[in-house]
Amino acid sequence: MEEEKRKNDVLEEVTSSEYKYGFVTDIETEHAPKGLNEDIIRYISAKKNEPEWMLEFRLKAYRHWLTLEEPDWALVDYPKIDFNDIIYYAAPKKKKELESLDQVDPELIDTFNKLGISLEEQKRLSGVAVDAVIDSVSVKTTFQDTLAKHDIIFCAMSEAVQNHPELVRKHLASVVPYTDNYYAALNTAVFSDGSFCYIPKGVRCPVELSTYFRINAANTGQFERTLIVAEEGSYVSYLEGCTAPQRDENQLHAAIVEIVAMADAEVKYSTVQNWYPGNKEGKGGIYNFVTKRGICKGDRSKISWTQVETGSAVTWKYPSCILKGDDSIGEFYSVAVTNNFQQADTGTKMIHLGKNSKSTIISKGISAGKSNNTYRGLVQISKKAENSRNFSQCDSLLLGDQCGAHTFPYINTSNETSIVEHEATTSKISEDQLFYCQQRGVDTEKAIGLIVNGYAKEVLNKLPMEFAVEAQKLLAITLEGSVG
Amino acid sequence: MSERKLSPLEQDLATYYSAHEGSFPGSENSRITELRNSAFQSLMETGLPTKKDEKWRSTDMKSVVANTYNLNPDAQEYDVEFSEMFRCDVRGFEADVISLSNGWYYAPEEEKLQVYDNGLIIGSIAIAQQRYPELFEQYFAEIADNTSHGFTAANSALWQDGVFVYVPDGLHIEKTLQLIKVVSSDNQLMTNTRNLIILGESSKLSFMHCDDSVNHNSNLINTVTEVHIGKNASFDLYKLQNINDETTLLNNTFIRQYADSRSKVSVLTLNGGCIRNEIHVDFQGEGGEADLNGFYLMDKKQHVDNQVFVRHSVPNCYSNELFKGVLDEEASAVFNGYIYVARDAQQTNAFQRNNNILMTKTAKVNTMPFLEIYADDVKCSHGATVGQLDTEALFYLMQRGISEKDARLLLMYAFIADVTGKIGIEALKTSIEDMVKKRLRGELSICEKCVLHCSRPDVTLEFDIDMSKV
Repeated sequence: MEEEKRKNDVLEEVTSSEYKYGFVTDIETEHAPKGLNEDIIRYISAKKNEPEWMLEFRLKAYRHWLTLEEPDWALVDYPKIDFNDIIYYAAPKKKKELESLDQVDPELIDTFNKLGISLEEQKRLSGVAVDAVIDSVSVKTTFQDTLAKHDIIFCAMSEAVQNHPELVRKHLASVVPYTDNYYAALNTAVFSDGSFCYIPKGVRCPVELSTYFRINAANTGQFERTLIVAEEGSYVSYLEGCTAPQRDENQLHAAIVEIVAMADAEVKYSTVQNWYPGNKEGKGGIYNFVTKRGICKGDRSKISWTQVETGSAVTWKYPSCILKGDDSIGEFYSVAVTNNFQQADTGTKMIHLGKNSKSTIISKGISAGKSNNTYRGLVQISKKAENSRNFSQCDSLLLGDQCGAHTFPYINTSNETSIVEHEATTSKISEDQLFYCQQRGVDTEKAIGLIVNGYAKEVLNKLPMEFAVEAQKLLAITLEGSVG
Repeated sequence: MSERKLSPLEQDLATYYSAHEGSFPGSENSRITELRNSAFQSLMETGLPTKKDEKWRSTDMKSVVANTYNLNPDAQEYDVEFSEMFRCDVRGFEADVISLSNGWYYAPEEEKLQVYDNGLIIGSIAIAQQRYPELFEQYFAEIADNTSHGFTAANSALWQDGVFVYVPDGLHIEKTLQLIKVVSSDNQLMTNTRNLIILGESSKLSFMHCDDSVNHNSNLINTVTEVHIGKNASFDLYKLQNINDETTLLNNTFIRQYADSRSKVSVLTLNGGCIRNEIHVDFQGEGGEADLNGFYLMDKKQHVDNQVFVRHSVPNCYSNELFKGVLDEEASAVFNGYIYVARDAQQTNAFQRNNNILMTKTAKVNTMPFLEIYADDVKCSHGATVGQLDTEALFYLMQRGISEKDARLLLMYAFIADVTGKIGIEALKTSIEDMVKKRLRGELSICEKCVLHCSRPDVTLEFDIDMSKV
């Protein structure tokens, strides 16, 4: 009983730990009026100084969006979003074009320092090129010189539209068309910025590319759009991180990430998603409705998604791979942690079209508090995908008796030479494991940390080093000792 | 709200319902009438399922609902004694036979509801509802969920006959009760058969439900069976399905289990144009156990859809699902297992497994093993595979002089044996295993009579292994 009580205390203590990125930065911002209509889209497009084809594209998406209905099939429950009560464009006021870091608003640098993303430090030490996106606008991309040497393009999407229109035109919406889903259409209509990344033929990107997203202004939605193109035989590792201030109202984040991998190319995409999850009573937090998809276009190409999902009030996110090339490989590694009143409906789609295509899905769900954590995935083997192979493993860990863990896998197979395997288990932390640790003098809290980390290790191992450390810390913050 | 456009079948059902209102069995009973009315309302609101319904995405009812059927077929008369004609020839397998002809309980008038000395009641549901209103008050339509889909609602609104079984407390029925459903008519027909099976405390019943068809019409058989398994009672259900390639068979089984009760369901699908088996198990008392198994061997353009919902509403229950199938030619199969564990249902053990073998490029499998869990102290797992025969095992057998064809047959037979092995009645098991062998060799066609006749149990089947090579 005593032990039980202590465990509960620990749980209480830990789950009450505050969101540490919840501060607001006082930066002058300019924003569009609230609401969504064609004028707003024209306003955004004009702000970005976009060519005519881009505006037309946005308007087409908007008109299509009007005909769609909000999807309700996910196992999440939230009040209806009033899409006219959102500011679709907010940007830190720009004084002039930035040449060096010294010209960046000190408030901004401060913000990123607080987040642990020191633009300056990053530049010198860790060898990571960072594109920082605040509210709707990319504020600074570091490491440009090194990248330029290799002819790698890594810049804000708005810049890419100006400077590399032919590349953008060719690949934008080629993986996620605006007709794909409700939020994809919305994003296409109003997206403000994001990162664009182009790795030329045969180039192995020498540094890890990273984008840091932050929502700062109140009442805004963030709609960024990322496009990664890896030409034949190239390689890139891409990281994405995100945080938002603590606010009582919910904020919408509807992003699109597209990846195109040509023959023999490899793209590794890692995310640590730590949007504000709302407070202990479930008030506030980010609605994270994101469409992420990559296409292995060429033979022997590879796309690997790794995600650590700890934030957001509601998550609706299915990073997917279209395995079009023969011998192409798709991977999905995910740790999704929910606590308090968080709801996550996340998973992946592996669409096998090419011969000998292979995919691996490892998903680890951890639910605590009163949260609900759902894995939803599709493995589709088409008629022509000879000898394709999939292995999926989706485990759920329940910490406490008030949370839920759900698994909804869909497996559609139409080829007799393919092999598809799926397994899943749901359990709580085993008393035996706990006892074993305690017996050896490890206290309850540490023991649980150890077990949870061990449980998630398979996925954390896939993260680049800088992120792995951050992810492990995050896991510890969210879960330490939370066994009921 | 604009009015929904009715499909031809919905139109027919509506017309039939209004024409016969007041003359359905139980029309003098206000509760039954009310149930019919609300079911009909629900049918008109939600309609018959289409591909847009998530649960029916992979089983297309488009051509079925576009058809017109004879909704009120007469019972076919037979010259020979019906039960004799269909009595099982399986050696050592004894069963009491009851039958439904075109949905009507088939027996001489005075034998349509029989009450035995030990208290067992077997007979037509239409007569039973008059004779035992108190049992109907308590059990009838308690668990069939009309909101689940339009076909269940249609059945609840339009049922005219079916089987009623009542096993009193403490009674063990050793002999298997075999229900033979035969559908035969000159035109396409739709039957809405309603069965109610009640097992009292600590009782025992083994029930075999055979679906056969005699001719090659595109019939629609829509059956709803409700089973109440009392405390510490045990119930075995064997569903044997061997119907023609044109018929659509919808079997909706709702099982409610009270404390410490046991159920064992075996769905044995040998042939059928389009078969959908829905099994709903709901645990109402602690200590319940449900063992749900099935196999399907499909070819041509056949389609089978197994939907298994297990609801753990109370702690300490155990459920296990094992479904295996072989798909040949252009056949397709769907499996959707759904385990729901409610907030307080601690110490739940629930397992789910679906394995499929695809034989050709054109065969298809959609499998969806779902878990929805709200309690933490549980052991739940699911697994699904789609693949081929183990090439190493195949090589091993061929290396020992077994021809590839035979080796394949052996392996497939072994694959299915996990399910057939769970059949509790020894004689029936042997017979089913024989039928599987025959089916895998393509020798089993639907018989004019009962499926069990086909197996010719007097002739032992051997794989033609060339012994000289061994």
